[in-house]
Amino acid sequence: MALEECGYITREELEQFGLFPSEERFKQGPVAVIECIQEIPCNPCEAACPRNAIQIGAPITTLPMLNEKLCTGCGICIAKCPGLAIFTVDKTYSGDEATVSFPYEYVPLPVKDEIVEAVNRVGEVVCKGRIIKVLNPKAYDRTPVVTVAIEKEFADEVRSMKRK
Amino acid sequence: MISKEIVIAGAGPAGLAAAIEAAKAGAKEVLVVDLNLKPGGQLFKQIHKFFGSSAHRSGTRGIDIGNQLLTEAKEYGVEIWVNSAAVGLFHDRIISIEKGLDSGEKELVNIQAQKIILATGASENVVRFKGWTLPGIMGAGAAQTMINVNRVKPGNKVVMLGSGNVGLIVSYQLMQAGCDVVALIEAAPKIGGYGVHAAKIRRAGVPIYTSHTIIEAKGTERVSEVVIAELDRSWNPIPGTEKVLEADVVTLAAGLKPISDLVRLHDLKCVYNAAFGGWVPKHDRNMESTQPGIYVVGDTTGVEEANTALEEGRLAGVAAAERLGYLTQTDASALKDDIWERLDGLRMGPFGEKRMVAKNQILAAFPECAK
Ligand SMILES: Cc1cc2nc3c(=O)[nH]c(=O)nc-3n(C[C@H](O)[C@H](O)[C@H](O)COP(=O)(O)OP(=O)(O)OC[C@H]3O[C@@H](n4cnc5c(N)ncnc54)[C@H](O)[C@@H]3O)c2cc1C
Ligand code: SF4
Ligand code: SF4
Repeated sequence: MALEECGYITREELEQFGLFPSEERFKQGPVAVIECIQEIPCNPCEAACPRNAIQIGAPITTLPMLNEKLCTGCGICIAKCPGLAIFTVDKTYSGDEATVSFPYEYVPLPVKDEIVEAVNRVGEVVCKGRIIKVLNPKAYDRTPVVTVAIEKEFADEVRSMKRK
Repeated sequence: MISKEIVIAGAGPAGLAAAIEAAKAGAKEVLVVDLNLKPGGQLFKQIHKFFGSSAHRSGTRGIDIGNQLLTEAKEYGVEIWVNSAAVGLFHDRIISIEKGLDSGEKELVNIQAQKIILATGASENVVRFKGWTLPGIMGAGAAQTMINVNRVKPGNKVVMLGSGNVGLIVSYQLMQAGCDVVALIEAAPKIGGYGVHAAKIRRAGVPIYTSHTIIEAKGTERVSEVVIAELDRSWNPIPGTEKVLEADVVTLAAGLKPISDLVRLHDLKCVYNAAFGGWVPKHDRNMESTQPGIYVVGDTTGVEEANTALEEGRLAGVAAAERLGYLTQTDASALKDDIWERLDGLRMGPFGEKRMVAKNQILAAFPECAK
């Protein structure tokens, strides 16, 4: 798999593990995309979700599964994942824009309305993005969550922003 | 000579957990010594959120787990000597400590202990290549101490060697500290650590070269260029594939090996285990070594992770307290069964299985030399 040789996950791999939300679900609004496909001893995402939309169960190495019907895309799980492997994507943000929310533990943090360079899973700049919000409450324990608006066609690719 | 009920060498997660558990059960004179200026072992360098079960503080940063352990140790009256190295281990459980005094002097203190727990952790392996002694080339752990404990950048452009979790995590933290990581080099064809850690640094634009190694580091005052090359299937560099990377720091994350100085001093029987990083002391399910009354826990018994170190420490703490008469056999068994269940859980999955096999080999090797 690409993850083991190159260090990043492809969309095909996510689909193969049943971790890529359906297009129907994307059409209904924001939803979590869990990019965690190795059986590692970890499960805080399961307890983090107030809607019980993420299931791991026993043993703890089981892969997380998202129940896309229960998920509201609230984004609470993003900062709780020690692997920084959860994102939320909203393909209904506006006519031509989608938003992607991602964990971002670097300084300086971007600020609202700033224009940044949105990057894909290998750090390549894909397009410009506009910062919609930056959340960093105490409960996130120093893992800020950044939401960026981008052209809709890049919603499945953009997963972070270039460091400033 | 002074006496103590339990003396623990090493105040990392394993040593602190052992102390807390024993003191919680009622042990009164529990002393932990550590050669560092601050207790906590590796935890104080780990500013990232830990994996693990939500029932066990996963998602908590290592440094915060360290602080919680210190608070608990204090609550239960555990005594901690910092800047104090255990330097000798003798018959009848006498342990020598080079105690750091407030004056800055050291004093040698011999302690007669009823139980001794060795929790000295692991040390980094080095890799040699042409130019490896140039300034700017260091262990990944040293770079991590610089940025996270001393808050000093080791340089600006880093080449990391080794893609285990240490290489991946320290690369990430170097970027958080404001360095650029130019490349991560891995000799094996696959990334060693967790995919999520690799994905994090890929997103930040770090290329990972698998099946590659460092051929040479060049520079006059310090390293300024790093020559890498691709490896064939027998791990020989392929001529013509050399690339030159500009860098002023090279960090080596080529694995850890258990620290076994004290273990060897007192002839605790060891067994070689490649998956665990080298020679490790044999022990039973109470973590007791082949020398009665001397327990071994954490990375010293095989390089694993903080959660397994904590649980092994707890096991030894419970077992020692039981032997000292602070716990009934029934109570101790119930506690130990719970701990083993959690340990088994931590040693599952494709990454944990190897460690489960290794641990079982060590346990199986115990009886033959117990007498
Ligand atoms: C970069 C990195 C990232 C990691 N990330 C994770 C993670 O995400 N999750 C996880 O579970 N684990 C992680 N670990 C592993 C974890 O930190 C270790 O497995 C764990 O700290 C081992 O605990 P320990 O108590 O056995 O040893 P240590 O924490 O190494 O503590 C040993 C202590 O013994 C002291 N000592 C040594 N010799 C003597 C002596 N002679 N006298 C007195 N004191 C002595 C040392 O000073 C040290 O304080 C990581 C490790 C590294 C290096
Ligand atoms: S986005 Fe909200 S609802 Fe969806 S899985 Fe995460 S925490 Fe649960
Ligand atoms: S918390 Fe993150 S890394 Fe852990 S299992 Fe869930 S998605 Fe994977």
